[in-house]
Amino acid sequence: MSEQTGTWWIWRVFWILLIVTAVEVILGIIKPALLIDNSFLGTTLLNLIFIVLTIIKAAYIVMEFMHLGHEVKGLKLSILLPAVVLIPYLVFILLTEGHYIFGTL
Amino acid sequence: MTDITKNEKEAWSGGEKPFVSSYGKLMMWFFLVSDALTFSGFLSAYGFMRFKYSHLWPVAEDVFTHFPFLKGDHPLLFVALMTFILIMSSVTMVLAVNAGNKNDKKGVTLWMLVTIIGGFAFLGSQAWEWGHFIHGDKGGIELPNHEIVHVVDEEEHFYSIYDLVGVDSYADDVNITIDDVKEALAQRPDLGIRLTDKSVVSDAAAQAYLNNAEVVLGANLIRNEYGHQLFANFFYFITGFHGFHVFSGVVILIVIFINVIKGTYERRGHYEMIEKVGLYWHFVDLVWVFVFTFFYLV
Repeated sequence: MSEQTGTWWIWRVFWILLIVTAVEVILGIIKPALLIDNSFLGTTLLNLIFIVLTIIKAAYIVMEFMHLGHEVKGLKLSILLPAVVLIPYLVFILLTEGHYIFGTL
Repeated sequence: MTDITKNEKEAWSGGEKPFVSSYGKLMMWFFLVSDALTFSGFLSAYGFMRFKYSHLWPVAEDVFTHFPFLKGDHPLLFVALMTFILIMSSVTMVLAVNAGNKNDKKGVTLWMLVTIIGGFAFLGSQAWEWGHFIHGDKGGIELPNHEIVHVVDEEEHFYSIYDLVGVDSYADDVNITIDDVKEALAQRPDLGIRLTDKSVVSDAAAQAYLNNAEVVLGANLIRNEYGHQLFANFFYFITGFHGFHVFSGVVILIVIFINVIKGTYERRGHYEMIEKVGLYWHFVDLVWVFVFTFFYLV
């Protein structure tokens, strides 16, 4: 729980968020054929890259800007566990089911 | 090592703050967890319907193409600017919290003010984005089976129905009927109709598709020129719910900003209120990160 001093760490996170967003936008505009034509886990590599980059951004916002990374373990777990367990579960169920009923009903 | 467990037991036996965090901050955290689950419910419902109607779903690059003062198509550019505004206002929020920890009233005032301006800038951008979505871009055609198809040029890029029939899309009384489109299309053999299976038909085959079809201009909760209706409904609902969060955030920021100026927190001896509203504000940024990915990128 070391207190961060100064404002340099804020700008470090800012640059990370900005660069990751810029990479997402550039990839979204040029759409490299290599990443679109190859699929993994039921979606294109490009979409997987977007999702991973999004989670990286979310982690920096929650851990640094919201300071959760510097709280005690009990608080960290009680905030993160419900989200990390329930949200992927819900997404998995709904996307599987959505794929299953594709073009029916 | 044994000391830690002993301390933990003592921490939970009362009189201590086991999470080393105040009541107010803890409750804000738990509210944000529930709000995160609400938003994930909305976004997974969006994913569910998108997977179900994946062949009818519009491509975001064909929908959000405008940028202020620039002509032509600029997909992703405006939403990238909106993301930048929100990230920037998150940064100024952290700077306000940082100044609050040092009991620096001037710093808190400055950075709170900049954050509020960032919030308004984002809301304004969203109003602009909604305005363009409601007005529509190039127009669509609804077939009798309710599928939305579009006029395309030889390179299969969307071709504006307004340009096709020669009407100014921002005129006051735009009224384009399917007969206007059929007539104009007959004069333009280079244009075709792109069906939902991505194949393009032209000439007589295109005319046959246009029988009993309707022209759709713009997007709302009843009609959507870009593609499946649920895309518009989810767009309005999710970005609207997020925008409402931003609006609430701006109102709360203004209230706290007034308290900062009045010296309420200076007298209280700490600026913890800034931390609490900061948590909320970062959460709004966090949700936008996901909305950005799942509405505009993926």
